[in-house]
Amino acid sequence: MPEPGLELEAELAIGAFSLDVRLSVAPGETVVLVGPSGAGKSTCLDVIAGLRRPGSGRVACRGEVWCDTSRGLHLPPEKRRVGLVFQDYALFPHLSVLANVAYGPSSRGLGAQDARRKARQWIERLGLADAKGRPVSGLSGGQRQRVALARALAAQPRVLLLDEPFGSLDVTTRGAVRSELRAFLLECDLPTLLVSHDPVDALALGDRIAVLEAGRLSQVGTRDELLSRPRTPFVAELAGVNLYRAELAPGRGLKEARVGALSFQVLGDDAQGPSFVVFAPAEVSLSEAQLPGSARNSFPGRVVSVLPLPDRLRVVLDVGVLIAADVTREAAGTLGLASGRSLWASVKATAIRVYA
Amino acid sequence: MTREGGQHGEPLPRGLWLASAPLALFIGVPLLALLFVVSPADLARHLTSRMVLGALWLTLKTTLIATSLVVLVGTPLAFVLARGSFRGRELLDTIVDLPITIPPVVAGVALLLAFGRRGLIGRQLEAFGIAIPFTSVAVVMAQVFIASPFFVKAARAGMEAVDARLEAAARTLGAGRWRVFWTITVPLARPALLSGVVLAWARALSEFGATIMFAGNLPGRTQTLTLAVMSALEGDLESAVAVSVLSLGLAVMALLGAKWLAGQWRMPVA
Repeated sequence: MPEPGLELEAELAIGAFSLDVRLSVAPGETVVLVGPSGAGKSTCLDVIAGLRRPGSGRVACRGEVWCDTSRGLHLPPEKRRVGLVFQDYALFPHLSVLANVAYGPSSRGLGAQDARRKARQWIERLGLADAKGRPVSGLSGGQRQRVALARALAAQPRVLLLDEPFGSLDVTTRGAVRSELRAFLLECDLPTLLVSHDPVDALALGDRIAVLEAGRLSQVGTRDELLSRPRTPFVAELAGVNLYRAELAPGRGLKEARVGALSFQVLGDDAQGPSFVVFAPAEVSLSEAQLPGSARNSFPGRVVSVLPLPDRLRVVLDVGVLIAADVTREAAGTLGLASGRSLWASVKATAIRVYA
Repeated sequence: MTREGGQHGEPLPRGLWLASAPLALFIGVPLLALLFVVSPADLARHLTSRMVLGALWLTLKTTLIATSLVVLVGTPLAFVLARGSFRGRELLDTIVDLPITIPPVVAGVALLLAFGRRGLIGRQLEAFGIAIPFTSVAVVMAQVFIASPFFVKAARAGMEAVDARLEAAARTLGAGRWRVFWTITVPLARPALLSGVVLAWARALSEFGATIMFAGNLPGRTQTLTLAVMSALEGDLESAVAVSVLSLGLAVMALLGAKWLAGQWRMPVA
């Protein structure tokens, strides 16, 4: 039996809203809890952290039971080892960066000296050494996020919970902070539950994606699973975003991004190395043969599935990776779409966005 | 903001300055009048009289004890009002605020009816040989009764302004409620708490009506500065003025102290 990670079962009602979820996260795994606002994502984190008591349910982490309503057990937040990074970070405004990070260790009973030593280690590990003695009010968004992460981790949590960790960052720093966090999560062996409303976060960071709609988990799985068999229109929309990890060639302008065995032509700035390429399913056109034309990227593949969406068809094509393409019913009729049919998928280089 | 400028740098109309003058003068002139009646030498002589020194000592002693008690019992109440959600919160809030709006004399009568010899609670205390009315304890109780809302209101507002998520964050980091209160809530609410302390102290200093009803006007035991002013008026105007000047001085100190504290502890802008 694999080592248990985080296990969550919770039912609760707040006014007319009701939440009913069952979810587990393995050690070292990152699950992204994604859904429209008001779906109850943050409430799930509150239940795990002990900030909200479920009507009925159970929370356990690495075999340690934190909440079990059937036994009347509900540990207070300070008795659970939860590293919760709040939306907007909730840094203590009256304390320095160092004191913020040392707060956890000293609350857990370490002496002031040891707590500071521990805090310094995390501050250095997350590249905040220059900001150590500063008050948190003067920090940039990216730095605040790292302080929040350092503060959560210095308290030696057994599970990491991140609530919209990029929500308050502007678009330009978002990408960089996201790839920083991804690098960190890859080497960290904590079960991690990350809440986001952004499909790109979900696809870029999640080993698995849990989709929460109106208090219910509509689907949990990898991107490929959600893409091939979406159970709700929201899941189809979310998983339809074509996002792939890529290795970006150096240089500016038109250049190569390798995704597995495939090679995409993309437009990029100075960024190079590990990155993401993203394009919408509506940007993908399908044809029976390779088209001579302006599309720089054409790949032959086989149709995996054809799903009717309200106003169009979602075609999933296996070209080495799964690509989603949205086409009209009329086009589908002309192409004679069916599972197993061989087709070419084409995307213009200008339609592909590249994230660091 | 300069004296001439409005908040956006545009000068305020002259008519507005004129309209704001009457109240400032109405308050300022009588207070100034206090200062010109008695010469500094006479002032010093009156202020070192036995009656005044006794009243001053009693006032400082009782108001400091009363203020400490207000903080001690007012802080938990303010926290409950700031963070609790329960039925009857509005009612509790109203009860706590009442001493501000009821006439102090009425408060004194109420205290007598509760703690007097025939009172609701006083009757029980009598059995143990404890009599509260007309003692220094009664002075303190009257001050606590009248001054507590000033602290509770300020402390409650200050605690409400502390982002509850900061407290939640502290708890997830392993801090129990008590530690969170002392390391997060209190430091962040400190300006409000301190100004509440000073306001409550200032109100206790000026307390008169409830004290005279519940504690009487006994020199050395229950005669505070405000009561001494009234006793002095019966004989010697100069002496009454001298005590008034002393009270005015304490009040000015309290207000300046409150302002200074608020400035000292201003939180960094988040």
